[in-house]
Amino acid sequence: MSSATFRIWRGNAEGGAFEDYTTEVSEGMVVLDAVHQIQAEKANDLAVRWNCKAGKCGSCSAEVNGNPKLMCMTRLNSLPLDEPVTIEPMQTFPLIRDLVTDVSWNHEVKQRIKKFRPRDPDAPDGSWRVDQYDVERVQEFRKCIECFLCQDVCHVLRDHRLHDKFIGPRYLVYTAALEMHALDTDDRLDDLANEHGVGYCNITKCCTKVCPEEITITDNAIIPLKERVVDRMYDPLTKMLRMFR
Amino acid sequence: MTYESFEYDVLVIGAGGAGLRAAIEASAAGVSVGLVCKSLLGKAHTVMAEGGMAAALANVDDRDNWKVHFADTMRGGQYLNNWRMAELHAQEAPARARELEAWGAVFDRTKDGRILQRNFGGHKYPRLAHVGDRTGLEMIRTLQDHGIHQGIDVHMECTVIELLKDGDRVVGAFGYDREKGRFRVFAARAVVLASGGIGRAFKVTSNSWEYTGDGHALAYRAGAELMDMEFVQFHPTGMVWPPSVRGILVTEGVRGEGGVLRNSEGKRFMFEDIPDLYKSSTADDEEEGWRYTQGDKEARRPPELLTRDHVARCIVRELREGRGSPHGGVFLDIAWIKARLPNGAEHIKKKLPSMYHQFKQLAGIDITQEPMEVGPTTHYVMGGIRVDADTQMSTVPGLFAAGECAAGLHGANRLGGNSLSDLLVFGQRAGQYAAAFAKEQTGASVNPDEVEAVARHALVPFERAGSDAEGPYQVQFDLQDMMQAQVGIVRSQAEIKKALDAFGQLYERAGKVGVQGNREYNAGWHTALDLRNLLMVAEAVAKSAILRKESRGAHFREDFLEKDPEQAKVNTVTRLGSGGEMEVVQAPLAPMRKDLQQIIEDNK
Repeated sequence: MSSATFRIWRGNAEGGAFEDYTTEVSEGMVVLDAVHQIQAEKANDLAVRWNCKAGKCGSCSAEVNGNPKLMCMTRLNSLPLDEPVTIEPMQTFPLIRDLVTDVSWNHEVKQRIKKFRPRDPDAPDGSWRVDQYDVERVQEFRKCIECFLCQDVCHVLRDHRLHDKFIGPRYLVYTAALEMHALDTDDRLDDLANEHGVGYCNITKCCTKVCPEEITITDNAIIPLKERVVDRMYDPLTKMLRMFR
Repeated sequence: MTYESFEYDVLVIGAGGAGLRAAIEASAAGVSVGLVCKSLLGKAHTVMAEGGMAAALANVDDRDNWKVHFADTMRGGQYLNNWRMAELHAQEAPARARELEAWGAVFDRTKDGRILQRNFGGHKYPRLAHVGDRTGLEMIRTLQDHGIHQGIDVHMECTVIELLKDGDRVVGAFGYDREKGRFRVFAARAVVLASGGIGRAFKVTSNSWEYTGDGHALAYRAGAELMDMEFVQFHPTGMVWPPSVRGILVTEGVRGEGGVLRNSEGKRFMFEDIPDLYKSSTADDEEEGWRYTQGDKEARRPPELLTRDHVARCIVRELREGRGSPHGGVFLDIAWIKARLPNGAEHIKKKLPSMYHQFKQLAGIDITQEPMEVGPTTHYVMGGIRVDADTQMSTVPGLFAAGECAAGLHGANRLGGNSLSDLLVFGQRAGQYAAAFAKEQTGASVNPDEVEAVARHALVPFERAGSDAEGPYQVQFDLQDMMQAQVGIVRSQAEIKKALDAFGQLYERAGKVGVQGNREYNAGWHTALDLRNLLMVAEAVAKSAILRKESRGAHFREDFLEKDPEQAKVNTVTRLGSGGEMEVVQAPLAPMRKDLQQIIEDNK
């Protein structure tokens, strides 16, 4: 047994400070284990959001030594323990308390995106026939666990605070999953261009780097959406044709 | 005190698969619906489900139909199941699966483009509709994304701590929001409990912090009967190393894809003990078992795919007899299939992507190269609120229950894959009948004195702040240690008795815990409030376990190793006695309809 020090943000919207906690660490521990241990032994009221502890629910997002991470999937042996490990809440969302932020903006954004609308079923029993190939393209996006780390790291939201103009990488992935869904019949391109601000993304790929599900957010979701929008709205030939219609 | 007040026709407590499905159904019936979730929307335990959803779609094997599914479910439950629920479940699961697809779910496909189905323990044919090994995520996200457009009022991070009654009827609920600790009063004409399980009563569990038996305890305190609480499912394969991940689930899908269990001598020990009920349907040798996993319809299933209770006990036997792995488990090997399949490593990663990641990241193990170490983990409770099979109403008017917190469908042991389908089939039914019930009721009347008393009680732990009162965590840990050791996989009169004797002291300690800080997002306070639910369900498990003097399904007594035919005729019922004490009695099963008996005969 050895020990390590964790420098954890304590406070709420009105203010706060980092506090150091030293606790025992053992083989295989993840950051969330250390936080729980501190909560049980030293700070019963330490606020932390978590559920599955297996990287499947996307609840325990935080910034560990400045990197957006799921605490449950960040092993201590991947961090230098000879200096304090800094744990702070996501910066893109309003703080509730300690490590917990108010992510309700994300839920509001999702509500604004047109829902799935399937074509008529292919068979009398109400089912469809879809090729595995078409399914896989969308399944990559549907792996998303809504941890919002991509939203946290996106500079359009984090630095420029354009929450009212840009839906962020999570919801571009969500839109891509609908737009590329083999059965969906709705059209979200006008919304993407006008309401949802797809143009704000300048493909720095920060979101892709932090995605714990390893979704290729920028290349597979955002860029194809950008291309579709450009094809529809800015293709010079189409534009000219449209003038004569 | 001040409260935020809300009024709904139907209040649904819990937003996993069952709660979401119930809320969607009730809303579609034209009533107002409130949905309360202990965590954020979409994070409930359903998200953890891996293997798939059982439904006799017959897409992969056209010999499958609802009757076979019904017979499999009854056999798996050792015939203690509520047969009507098992019938409805088997009949309605296919429609529920197709409906999920109509709402946007993206299942894996067969070659001809239909929903693909996989093999699972106890299911005669490939029956589990799935999406790799993240079916639960697909399901909850589909319900969530559909549900948010149905006009349902969602209360996230809100915990209900008491149901409110008017006479015999449930007329609402009382809770607090995590963010600020503000109290909320919900008046409702009907309440659906969909709160999940009780895994946190044990030390090693695949369940999250939320699983403190809230729905069970709320219903019990409101006067509803619980049933079959001795039946707690220990999933045979949880992670055992490193210590901090002990208990995290390793999907049965690993075995469905050809993974095998071996002891420290390298022996496939599951071949050594095959129960009589399953002798005729189990492979004779390794070769036949392998062919089964690869879709050979003539082959019978390998013994690794026997029911969960049996596999878990075989693992315990190996451990007790000293043939365990270095960290106290046994070996689960999927890497070996590389010898049989070209591109085996890629195949494993494609079929079991989240298992690959889980082991790589948490244990530093590449499952395409080396075996996993696994051991039993508390996973699911078959027992729960006693409900009417068709309507899901409990023994208290206006109170409904669906999903894991309800009892009946699974009997003494649940088959893998029958949980996700359970959530949808009975979530839908609960929503439908709760809405119908609500429409028939006139105004609900919440008693302000009752509300005030609940609120005051909830704040008591703060009054002990700063004193040398014990915190809530140590009491919780001690309870978990005790349940694990004395009311775990292998039980005996003496051990359970020891546990029962200790409850008095645990209740006393729980009643005296103090919490620090204020009401804002205070995990200590939440844990203190959850404690009494956890203690209540743990006591129900222990008391039910001591009453059932036989071994059946998930309930294994080393002092009564055999099944007792007399005990096959009764369920165990737990209820609040008139003097406030816990009453546990046996109640006879309803005689099964002749046509259903015939189905069971035909499928033997």
